[in-house]
Amino acid sequence: MAALVIAEHDNASVKGATLNTVTAALACGGEVHVLIAGTDAAGAAQAAARIAGVAKVLHADAPGLNHGLAETVAAQVLAVAKNYTHLLFPATAAGKNVAPRVAALLDVAQISDATRVLAADTFERPIYAGNAIATVQSLDAIKVITVRTTGFDAAAASGGSAAVETVAAVADSGSSTFIGSEIAKNDRPELTSAKIIVSGGRALGSSEKFTEVLTPLADKLGAALGASRAAVDAGYAPNDWQVGQTGKIVAPQLYVACGISGAIQHLAGMKDSKVIVAINKDPEAPIFSVADYGLEADLFTAVPELVAKL
Amino acid sequence: MKVLVPVKRVVDYNVKVRVKSDGTGVDIANVKMSMNPFDEIAVEEAVRLKEKGVATEIVAVSCGVTQCQETLRTAMAIGADRAILVECADELQPLAVAKLLKALVDKEQPGLVILGKQAIDDDCNQTGQMLAALAGLPQATFASKVEVADGFASVTREVDGGLETLKIRLPAVITTDLRLNEPRYVTLPNIMKAKKKTLEVVKPADLGVDVTPRIKTLKVGEPPKRGAGIKVPDVATLVDKLKNEAKVI
Repeated sequence: MAALVIAEHDNASVKGATLNTVTAALACGGEVHVLIAGTDAAGAAQAAARIAGVAKVLHADAPGLNHGLAETVAAQVLAVAKNYTHLLFPATAAGKNVAPRVAALLDVAQISDATRVLAADTFERPIYAGNAIATVQSLDAIKVITVRTTGFDAAAASGGSAAVETVAAVADSGSSTFIGSEIAKNDRPELTSAKIIVSGGRALGSSEKFTEVLTPLADKLGAALGASRAAVDAGYAPNDWQVGQTGKIVAPQLYVACGISGAIQHLAGMKDSKVIVAINKDPEAPIFSVADYGLEADLFTAVPELVAKL
Repeated sequence: MKVLVPVKRVVDYNVKVRVKSDGTGVDIANVKMSMNPFDEIAVEEAVRLKEKGVATEIVAVSCGVTQCQETLRTAMAIGADRAILVECADELQPLAVAKLLKALVDKEQPGLVILGKQAIDDDCNQTGQMLAALAGLPQATFASKVEVADGFASVTREVDGGLETLKIRLPAVITTDLRLNEPRYVTLPNIMKAKKKTLEVVKPADLGVDVTPRIKTLKVGEPPKRGAGIKVPDVATLVDKLKNEAKVI
């Protein structure tokens, strides 16, 4: 019995979500291997070899594996899948894109967003926007799983010394081409791994106000910025800041919700945060039902005051 | 070009579901059901492609109980031309649905299949990718912009950190993200017209698909409850509590 973690990486280093996925893979009980599929990704392979608990790194390198196109990456995973009982992907945009494709090609079901490993074939996962937790048992020989990274601690990024084995890379599928990307640049902590998140909703009123009011607070706390769907749809914040059922799932030490009412879909993305603070004018806002500390006040006065007092 | 749009009947997104006390599932008896919000976006996108002259026919498909016919009527009221219901009273998991859809793709030969990125009940986010794999088609998931020209689709996707653009060869599978479009409201005349459109009913056995679940649900429970919080009177108290009680700053 062995588990393969399909790493998320940028060719030079592995991304944080991979470390949480390694912890989930170790919980499945067998040896843990990591697959680095990329282009000139020796750096990422070396980084994966240093992760504590990893027994072996498989390194597939070819130009066609750049940008993680689902068709090619799935074929690459399939090429090595027969040696494993578990294939684990982080439940990120990249992992969710590829994992079901791999599962279908193996003719097995896939388990999405696992939050706990109860046994090698039994997992917990949230359904209905996190309003229920299902305990599910896979009846297939190979378990294909995406791992909710907030459900597992990160494995130590150093201390391991796994062997790196080069595996043959598959050919590019040719049916899909990467054209370009617009990745937002910011020097803040990454939303999904931030210790503190300051999040804004529709009450901010405009993108200028969003930046003007929330940025000083985020700077002061060293926090990442998040947003509700209403704020994203209204254009106050970029798409990839959205926290919720269909955006990012976060679980920081401190989550500060400013002008967010607290719809079911938003709560699904943040209710596992350790401490939740809500600042809202409306005493009836559902966000107060999950907040550890609620402040009933106008955020335009309360937030600057908070910044001043920190 | 024909466009196939799979739609799912789910508990309405505004309903807060309750877990059954015996742990067998959530209580969805007498709860309002609607079309999965991402599927509405998928139907809307197909209709817009037809309005642009790119698509010639839109076929809506749903798999599940008899009542899914209502969901298909809604799709036809938005603008789908006809509908197919794969009627099945048993639990259908994404792999089974993907196999049913694959059989329909073989039969209908669509140029494009547009699905929602995930259903808000099982929160799986699998079916589109699985269909693409089984049908041997390229995929573009989490689409926020779609342009079709010369046998290719140029798709902008929402990924962690920003956006990326792919060019995929048709036929292909696309799954919709929230920002792809704003679905239109259905009008009364269109609801009346939708009643006259064709709705074909088939069974999984007619398509030669085994829909036996591969994942067994052992238990469905309540999520852990959060302890009751407190309201603080002012900012100073809040700062004090965060520093000295919660010790998070």
